[in-house]
Amino acid sequence: LKYNESHEWIRINGDEATVGITEYAQSLLGDLVYVELPEIGDEFAIGDDACVVESVKAASDVYAPIDGEVIEINETVSNDPALVNSSPYQDGWLFKLKITDESQLAGLMSAEKY
Amino acid sequence: MAHIRFGLKNLRDVLNTVGGRSVSKRFLAQDAELKRTALYDFHLAEGAKMVPFAGWEMPVKYKGGITEEHLHVRQQVGIFDVSHMLQTRVEGKDRKEFMEKMVVTDIQALQDNQGTLTVFTNDQGGILDDLIINNTDKDYLYVVSNAGCADADLAHMKATEASFKKSGGDVKLSVIENALLAVQGPQMVSVLQPGVDFDLKNLPFMTTTEGKVFGVDGCRITRCGYTGEDGVEISVPQSGAEKLLASLLGSSQASVKLIGLGARDSLRLEAGLCLYGNDIDATTSPVEANLTWLVSKTRRQKLDFPGAEIIVDQIKKKPSKRRVGFVSSGAPIRGHAKIFSEDGSELIGETTSGCPSPSLKVNVSMGYVKTPFAKNGTKVKIEVRKKMIEGEVSKMPFVPSKYFILK
Repeated sequence: LKYNESHEWIRINGDEATVGITEYAQSLLGDLVYVELPEIGDEFAIGDDACVVESVKAASDVYAPIDGEVIEINETVSNDPALVNSSPYQDGWLFKLKITDESQLAGLMSAEKY
Repeated sequence: MAHIRFGLKNLRDVLNTVGGRSVSKRFLAQDAELKRTALYDFHLAEGAKMVPFAGWEMPVKYKGGITEEHLHVRQQVGIFDVSHMLQTRVEGKDRKEFMEKMVVTDIQALQDNQGTLTVFTNDQGGILDDLIINNTDKDYLYVVSNAGCADADLAHMKATEASFKKSGGDVKLSVIENALLAVQGPQMVSVLQPGVDFDLKNLPFMTTTEGKVFGVDGCRITRCGYTGEDGVEISVPQSGAEKLLASLLGSSQASVKLIGLGARDSLRLEAGLCLYGNDIDATTSPVEANLTWLVSKTRRQKLDFPGAEIIVDQIKKKPSKRRVGFVSSGAPIRGHAKIFSEDGSELIGETTSGCPSPSLKVNVSMGYVKTPFAKNGTKVKIEVRKKMIEGEVSKMPFVPSKYFILK
């Protein structure tokens, strides 16, 4: 897993990247009650607003950690936002991107650095 | 509600409040001017996340989190440290006339130990703050107003005191430096009754009394709150605050927990109660805010409060906008969202606050709309992040209130 400074994680599988938010992020946010996923086909540049997660208290942006096109979204999380809290790295994944610029992966952090 | 951006700025914020007291003191050197209540150490020991609020360092949540804390108040008992609010003592034989110089409600008509919600108004008929005035039977008024307006309220009251005394009025104003604990929830009576020497059945909603609570002298107990639940607010000398809090939390009658400001906000929203600065402010009149009931009939006739002509005119002719509640699903509605007519063609207002309702599992919000759209059941569209959410005007409170009112 790789990480970035805005507390997203990314799992690389060939030219696909699965994206979610970290354990630390979910504990900061508290219980999530709503998740607004991107749409399949959305194209993001690194740092773009990709997704919104909401707790009782506030709405928070999740950013695209790299350039990419959305190829899959986790509908289960739409119906059960609490999965992001209980399983941020597994069942609580948010969306998958087709990687368009592999060089950006070098800019991400390893677990130690994060 | 705030849009949180993750990043190093927030990381430092969190570090300040994690790991306990010594970390906080080091990192908060630049926030040295934030005030702390008598219960600051207690909050930290209970795992509170502290945040700046109205110049104070206050607990926004504890270990359970906002949803859990919110539901606990609706099901058991929750305790809020609201010591940051302004508590004032008003003495003197003309104290009621004095307060009436600034507020819209008939204070002279209050019975012994009866209290009322009211508002300070300005000459434009706008609201300067909302407050509770209690007519104690001990020759003073006990007044509680918002922490966020404490400096302004005190300046306003002091200036009015000066001119009132100049005209020969007898009044004396002083700040009560007590802690203030709000004890709210359906089990409040079972928890508090063992600690007081009077029957809580004799203290109905919006009445006040004083006495010892769990051995702590000099307390004032008022049957009121900001959650919609049955509850009291206990004004307690700072030296006794920790002991009182420990006694309440240690109750064997029910599960009593400390609750943070985060849940305080979602609870009051479900109860349809205004938050000054969000839902009411100097640009909203009590009539627009759906608080016309605070403007006593006697005061309407006498026109003897700031903004009286404007306010009474609005009562007669109807205001152009009204504060209403909305229920919706999908993306939660917060404040400052534009409201449109059902077909989306006309901008009819703006929301002032909102949140996902932990009790109802729908989204609740409030805001102002043009008066023709203010009827319950009116369908509207509310704009969230460029999407139009379907909403419906709803009566408030969203969750039925449980005030202890004698029939």
